[in-house]
Amino acid sequence: MAAWLSSELARRAARRIAGELRRRGPGPWFPSSSTVPVLGPTAGYHRGFCSVRRFAGDTAAATATAEDSDNEFAAGELQQVVDFPGGKLSFVGEMNFVPESQRERIKCYRVLDDDGGIIYSSRFQEVSKELALKMYSSMVTLQIMDTIFYEAQRQGRISFYLTSNGEEAINIASAAALSADDIVLPQYREPGVLLWRGFTLQEFANQLFGNKMDYGKGRQMPIHYGSNRLNYFTVSSPIATQLPQAVGAAYSLKMDKKDACAITYFGDGGTSEGDFHAALNFAAVTEAPVIFFCRNNGWAISTPTTEQFRSDGIVTRGQAYGIRSIRVDGNDTLAVYSAVHAAREMAITEGRPILIEAMTYRVGHHSTSDDSTKYRLADEIEHWRTARDPVSRYRKWVQGNSWWCDAEETELRNSVRQEILQAIQVAERIPKHGLAELFTDVYDQVPSNLREQQRSLLDTINKHPSDYPTDVPV
Amino acid sequence: MAAASSLHVAAPAATPRVGSVAHKSASSAARSVRVARSGAVARSGGRLVACAAVATKADAPATDAASKSEGHEVLLFEALREGLMEEMEADPTVCVFGEDVGHYGGSYKVTKGLADKYGDLRVLDTPIAENSFTGMGVGAGMKGLRPVVEGMNMGFLLLAYNQISNNCGMLHYTSGGQFKIPLVIRGPGGVGRQLGAEHSQRLESYFQSIPGLQMVACSTPYNAKGLMKAAIRSENPVVLFEHVLLYNLKEKIPDEEYVCCLEEAEMVRPGEHVTILTYSRMRYHVMQAAKTLVNKGYDPEVIDIRSLKPFDLHTIGNSIKKTHRVLIVEECMRTGGIGASLRSAIIDNFWDYLDAPIMCLSSQDVPTPYAATLEDATVVQPAQIVAAVEQICQ
Repeated sequence: MAAWLSSELARRAARRIAGELRRRGPGPWFPSSSTVPVLGPTAGYHRGFCSVRRFAGDTAAATATAEDSDNEFAAGELQQVVDFPGGKLSFVGEMNFVPESQRERIKCYRVLDDDGGIIYSSRFQEVSKELALKMYSSMVTLQIMDTIFYEAQRQGRISFYLTSNGEEAINIASAAALSADDIVLPQYREPGVLLWRGFTLQEFANQLFGNKMDYGKGRQMPIHYGSNRLNYFTVSSPIATQLPQAVGAAYSLKMDKKDACAITYFGDGGTSEGDFHAALNFAAVTEAPVIFFCRNNGWAISTPTTEQFRSDGIVTRGQAYGIRSIRVDGNDTLAVYSAVHAAREMAITEGRPILIEAMTYRVGHHSTSDDSTKYRLADEIEHWRTARDPVSRYRKWVQGNSWWCDAEETELRNSVRQEILQAIQVAERIPKHGLAELFTDVYDQVPSNLREQQRSLLDTINKHPSDYPTDVPV
Repeated sequence: MAAASSLHVAAPAATPRVGSVAHKSASSAARSVRVARSGAVARSGGRLVACAAVATKADAPATDAASKSEGHEVLLFEALREGLMEEMEADPTVCVFGEDVGHYGGSYKVTKGLADKYGDLRVLDTPIAENSFTGMGVGAGMKGLRPVVEGMNMGFLLLAYNQISNNCGMLHYTSGGQFKIPLVIRGPGGVGRQLGAEHSQRLESYFQSIPGLQMVACSTPYNAKGLMKAAIRSENPVVLFEHVLLYNLKEKIPDEEYVCCLEEAEMVRPGEHVTILTYSRMRYHVMQAAKTLVNKGYDPEVIDIRSLKPFDLHTIGNSIKKTHRVLIVEECMRTGGIGASLRSAIIDNFWDYLDAPIMCLSSQDVPTPYAATLEDATVVQPAQIVAAVEQICQ
């Protein structure tokens, strides 16, 4: 009897499910009871966020009713209210599992099409010719800077480098939408923001060579730039540690009631770190004026986003923390500019965090220590490097406005190239710091134990000069 | 060493000083503050009496208190609060982050009343994410605030280790001095009464290697307030270790303002036969053992090292040069604790003055058990201290 019942239930369930499919299209499936097998795939089919799937009890009657009913919101819902810590909730008599993903992925904000034309329906923040050209030439400068510094590493002149190839629009356009008072906490693939703010090519080169003129005094790896003057926090290698720090910086701005926000950048991989979760949570709870800017470039070294998370990217997570979020085409200069402009406005006037997910592609290898052809197709890289290049796409728009021409392009590229090569030569020749700077800045003043260590070191060098390089000042 | 009357006191050249107590942000005017000198204790005029193991009141103030006024009695947690409140009053950039520090007043009531007085913005209740509110403190510090980050229990700050080591300790150095992080990280630690292994951590072991950090441990209401104030004023990140069992210690502290020196050790009981170096709760076990030792005819010199990083080798060295025998009594575990480092530093610097091997009494290398008898056996007890001194002084 029991066996018959359960197979009868199975048949009825199958009919019901088939009926549903015909009527409503695919959706996530839920087990109607432990005796009825779960049927149908769950992946690839999405219902709306508030979809209601009936939980059919394991009686035949219940199954029959479920089969016949048209109305999603059936009589099972009483629309009564219950209160718990956190507020009042309506309750329903049926189990409704929120689907693991929405039917459609969250749409991407875009202004320019691939040919550099404005998409007809798009609304965006207008830019003046001057601003547009400054953005363009900065993007070109960043592109060339990356190429030449990368080559310099390959030639053994610097020990390490990583490029922002493919993310020039993100770098420059986001920086352009900020004010000089906004505090930037970068991950490491945002030198363009520093470039925009006025860091010179020479200053970049000095940091890469760790020479005496480096503001970091030669203490950090290449690309770990920092400038207090330009409100760009010194890059620190561990992933996502800057996120809660950004909340702290924003909090400080809020306490001072400044007309400024904090912005922090991170990649798709960084969102897996615990600091991402807690920073977003904190920012929402403390109502801190911070922009969380995620560069979703598809790869965390060799880990593609499909192995990084199962959510619809990063933008969906914002709501989980109570944060307003947007997804933008990260290779679209005008879209990035507009989004950051709007986000900044909201962050400051409303005192709230904003999450921006910029979709893009990491054209270069992760760094000079990586060869990405080992884990992705060369064709794919080439496609993004050429057909989807944000710089040429934006150039088409700028030239379309008759604001730029080929002659100016050639001239710009040549002069930037010369300037960078010159900067490298100069930086290479500037001496490095002496050993005296090994022990300073650990604390505000050099304590006795470090002075002791310094004395001991000098003593050893003096006793065995042949064991130490002669060109390093003490 | 007379007590200085001005804040800008010139430090004796030999005393190691990392940060300058005299440093002040531009916003506050110089105030007349006495900087407590541990050396002055011997000349305070009163004879120091040993304190009980977990004292409820001190028989005499542990430090120079040539007060012009009566002084007032406080419990240690109140002394911490007084120090914090005075600094918050004087400097609007001082703020507090931590779990339940606001309206709840902190799990040990150190921040009680502060949220009412200074508002939610300056006394911030954070969600449970130690790495994140410490990171938040780093970011705020880099931007010009002076956050005081409270770990509900120091053990939880293991979750903040990444931010503390990789950022807090490093960023001043790696930024070439551009960004400073004047953070204070504080909270209760140490072995309590049957709190279980996870709530009985001694983080000074783990943090002592981190370059860029300073560490101090308070042990009396007097030094708790003084160290709290000094830590807040320091431009460097300072970890202030409090002990769960010492919060209710009572002592009379001066009414007028004072600050302790972060890098200085405290002379608790001068003596001739052996130098006993200790800190935090173990100070009280040592003083209890000292009573027994005195009865047996020994004259131990007890120093509360207070500054765990860097060590006050000046005070310690002077003592060793006098007694030639050293016993270290600590609550850290035997392996890799403060005692291990201190022993090493003493050997490096004062080898020639030692007449006996340095003895170090530490906790057992076990997770702290819950059962009271087992817990007592993991930490150093006065009887062991007495036996050790007898052995050293043979």
